Amino acid sequence: MQTTKSHPKSLFPVSTHYCAGCGHGIAHRLIAEALDELGVQDRTIGVAPVGCAVLMYNYIDVDTIEAAHGRAPATATGLKRVRPDCIVFTYQGDGDLAAIGTAEIIHAANRGEHFTTIFLNNAIYGMTGGQMAPTTLVDQKTETTPYGRKPSNEGFPIKACEMLATLDAPYYIERVSVATPAKIRRAKKAIFKAFNYQVEERGFTFVEVISTCPTNWGMSPPDAMKWSVEHMEKVFPLGVFRDKGAEKDRTETGADK
Amino acid sequence: MPETKKPYIEIVTDRCKGCELCISACPKDCIELDTSVVNAKGVNPAKYVGGCIGCGSCMLICPDVCIELYKEEKIQKSA
Amino acid sequence: MKQLMTGNDAMAEAAIQAGCRYYFGYPITPQNEFTAYMARRMPQVGGVFIQSESEIAAINMVMGAAAAGGRAMTSSSSPGISLKQEGISYIAGDQLPAVILNVMRGGPGLGNIAPAQGDYFQATRGGGHGDYRCIVLAPSTVQEGTELIQDAFDLADKYRNPVLILSDGRMGQMMEPVEFKPRPKAEMPPKDYILTGKKGRERRIIRSLYLKEPELEAWNKIIQEKLMKIEENEVRYETRMVEDADLVLIGYGTCARNSKEAMRTLREKGRKVGVFRPITLWPFPYTALSEVVKKARAALVVEMSAGQMVEDVYLAVKDTRPIFFYGRMGGQVPSATEIVQKAEKIFTEKL
Repeated sequence: MQTTKSHPKSLFPVSTHYCAGCGHGIAHRLIAEALDELGVQDRTIGVAPVGCAVLMYNYIDVDTIEAAHGRAPATATGLKRVRPDCIVFTYQGDGDLAAIGTAEIIHAANRGEHFTTIFLNNAIYGMTGGQMAPTTLVDQKTETTPYGRKPSNEGFPIKACEMLATLDAPYYIERVSVATPAKIRRAKKAIFKAFNYQVEERGFTFVEVISTCPTNWGMSPPDAMKWSVEHMEKVFPLGVFRDKGAEKDRTETGADK
Repeated sequence: MPETKKPYIEIVTDRCKGCELCISACPKDCIELDTSVVNAKGVNPAKYVGGCIGCGSCMLICPDVCIELYKEEKIQKSA
Repeated sequence: MKQLMTGNDAMAEAAIQAGCRYYFGYPITPQNEFTAYMARRMPQVGGVFIQSESEIAAINMVMGAAAAGGRAMTSSSSPGISLKQEGISYIAGDQLPAVILNVMRGGPGLGNIAPAQGDYFQATRGGGHGDYRCIVLAPSTVQEGTELIQDAFDLADKYRNPVLILSDGRMGQMMEPVEFKPRPKAEMPPKDYILTGKKGRERRIIRSLYLKEPELEAWNKIIQEKLMKIEENEVRYETRMVEDADLVLIGYGTCARNSKEAMRTLREKGRKVGVFRPITLWPFPYTALSEVVKKARAALVVEMSAGQMVEDVYLAVKDTRPIFFYGRMGGQVPSATEIVQKAEKIFTEKL
């Protein structure tokens, strides 16, 4: 008898501080598995965000720096430019990436910086207690949209993948979800691919992970997963927004012709 | 041909937060909350009750990496 | 061999010669020549130049580069330096080395692009949130600017602390003969904190987050003990003709230049005047200044501000001698003639 899945080497076997059913744990594991499978744990540098995942370094066993809120892509730029041989990734939430750090992510992506961003989108601020995120859905109730998000006052949810896909430089952009086992398999492939492209020094890679916040959504974890599929995926459709590697393969194999 | 053992899972119950995602993901209702136990986190942890088909869904969705799946590796050579 | 260069160009070249290979900056007048010089020179020396999307991004790129072990810097002018304060606080909290050049201009707000010294409080008191200080160096000639920016990299590495250089719009734009002298390579502590991937060693974390109060206090104490060492070891100042002076003119940077010129005029008139010029604004030369002023009868502080360094002079001299102040704002520079007039008034009316 063999275990088909043992605990990833790049992930400490510890209990996380995340709430029950929080998607951060799944995303952390997928990152750790990708680092293990690529054999790059020893040359990886993580950039931890501000938000619930600020303590990411307690779980993912790599050299890590903690960035200021929203600034992870700038910090990662500095790291990667000094250490092009290292695998550098930022792990950012929706407030971090799509509100306070919008400029940093867009310009790092636009420069085609050779690092990977894993973007956790759960449509709410978790750590500060459930305020509106830039990705909060229309009519979604939060601490700061107690009557629901109204486009007339708060605008519409920001779609990070679509926005980044308007730029020429990014090499790979995909949106995935961790709501079901099948979607997690897809997410694992995407995260692996993003890191693999970085190993191959291809360019900027970005994976948005649609996740949940059962605590601040006020739902059980299984209900939150369902809600993310039924509501979030309508606004944030899953899929590949850019894959220059696949385009290249198609061109090279003549599949486009 | 050697006898194939049935797959099963093991749950690291002290890390389990009782989120029930494994329960909702299991297609064969193999997992339930163990109401006879309260772990260090103060919750009823998940418990394997048998019937595993080795699909790995629970393991994939567990945010706390509490579940290990055991099944025999299928070795297939297409050559 | 001496060459004629602007302060901005000369200090940029000096930074390159000090081994700076990572520069991140955003355009703002009157420091643009510095950024442009870096854009030209970095590719020639195999370095990295990035025009960042903002001053905030630039300082966070410096933080990342420093965390990875690179000699990194950024430059800006007053409003841009305000934007960098968040990052400077994180760099100080992470105990990382960084060099930041502020070519000061008039404020507050957008102010103007003329030389000013209104950022003294911001520079010497920390500037961002939390308990920390930057080492602050204030050159008064282009030549000195080149030497201090080179020292800045060594000080930053030695103490793992941000170092700020206060230039101003005039210092940045004026041309003076400069000589780049070969420097002996200073012995630096090993960079045993940098992130390179954990291969062959324990993994490292660079952070300023300590959620448990005793841990954060302990981390703060480490920083404070380091700052005390800097206060003990790194105070710099210059004095001119203070031995017999009745009146000590006190100024830094551009104001020190004009104070020296005023001193010469006043000496010719028979007035016993000296000049005290702080070179490190933090750590401030409290003890040396106090001793100098106590030997005189009064002090006149000259600043391009409403009176900021004058508060440090009060802290140094306390009420042992009268302290007078002459300041101009809005990008106006106190001329030697104005300083002479102010000094004459003190001599005739107050002493």
